[in-house]
Amino acid sequence: MRKSIQGIGALAALAVAFSAFAGTAFAGKDKMNFGKYQVGELRTGYTFSTPETRAIQDDDFENPAFLWVDVGEALWNKKEGKAGKSCASCHKNASASMRGVGARYPVFNKKLGKLQNLEQRINQERVEKMQAKPLKYESKELLGLTMFVRNQSKDMPINVSIDGPAAPFFEKGKKFYFQRRGQLDMACANCHVDNPGGMIRANLLSQGQSNGFPLYRLKWQKPGSLHRRFRGCNKQVRAKPYSYGADEYVNLELYVAWRGQGLPVETPAVRM
Amino acid sequence: MAKARVKVPKSVKKGEVFQVKTLISHKMETGLRKNKKTGKKIPRKIINNFVCTYDGKEVFSSDWHPAVSANPYLAFYVKATKSGPMNFKWTDDDGKVTDKSVNISVSG
Repeated sequence: MRKSIQGIGALAALAVAFSAFAGTAFAGKDKMNFGKYQVGELRTGYTFSTPETRAIQDDDFENPAFLWVDVGEALWNKKEGKAGKSCASCHKNASASMRGVGARYPVFNKKLGKLQNLEQRINQERVEKMQAKPLKYESKELLGLTMFVRNQSKDMPINVSIDGPAAPFFEKGKKFYFQRRGQLDMACANCHVDNPGGMIRANLLSQGQSNGFPLYRLKWQKPGSLHRRFRGCNKQVRAKPYSYGADEYVNLELYVAWRGQGLPVETPAVRM
Repeated sequence: MAKARVKVPKSVKKGEVFQVKTLISHKMETGLRKNKKTGKKIPRKIINNFVCTYDGKEVFSSDWHPAVSANPYLAFYVKATKSGPMNFKWTDDDGKVTDKSVNISVSG
């Protein structure tokens, strides 16, 4: 009897020691002060980047994404379409009118009866108000304009609404996030909830926060949208990706944004 | 597509060594990649030469090769001599030249 109690005691001690070890191992990595890039337990992809990659993002001049932001700014002021209007005709100065917009998207759109992300909103405005052609998803123009608009909310905390009419779409997004898929049978959560800070083959896993999108990815050698990232993740688990702007991804976008509620908007971020 | 950005200090003192930052938007196609659908090689198209002139002299130049990333960023240091334009020239494989000029104001 005594012996078995000792045995249990030893086992318990071992468990404590193990968790303490795991704890310190992780905490050791986390000792750095990440400033605004860490809010409580939430850490942006910036904190998982190498110092070299961070340096590129820290300097707005060196950050190549700003070449695209410049394209977006030019488009903001460019008159297009039959109505003879530009974005600026109605919204004037983007630094005032667009401040905060990037932090609250995607939002529920009454007219569509579903969620709408920033890219889709820009195109809706172009078609309805400017009577211009919509911009192609992932094109230089749409990426540039989206980055320009979202950049106006830089450093503002992500603040998406998940209640009211958005609630059912949030639930769908959440379900997608925890749904295992593909030949590798993996859900978003298997990597980004269970293993942030760990390695997946040669790559360091982050928490998968979306606050920096659209961002410049060194691997892509250009900026990309959040949907491009989703498609990439889906392909890596050998699942069939959805198309750009698909409802499934917009719902997921809301859930992922909500996971990072409170993190600062970093657009345009730079990542590996 | 090629669009260049240059950053220099607003004003510098004579004799001071200052940093010049440059960034240009360019695909820098290496010539080693294949088109996934057709299997054909994508022809090389990179910026192969960069020259900076200041005060009538070439102060910095470099030859670039296919390992340079897209949208190349380059920073270097120049000693201030006198006020005047600083010219930058990026030359493409096909001979296309992108020019940019900024004014350097030197005090003292």
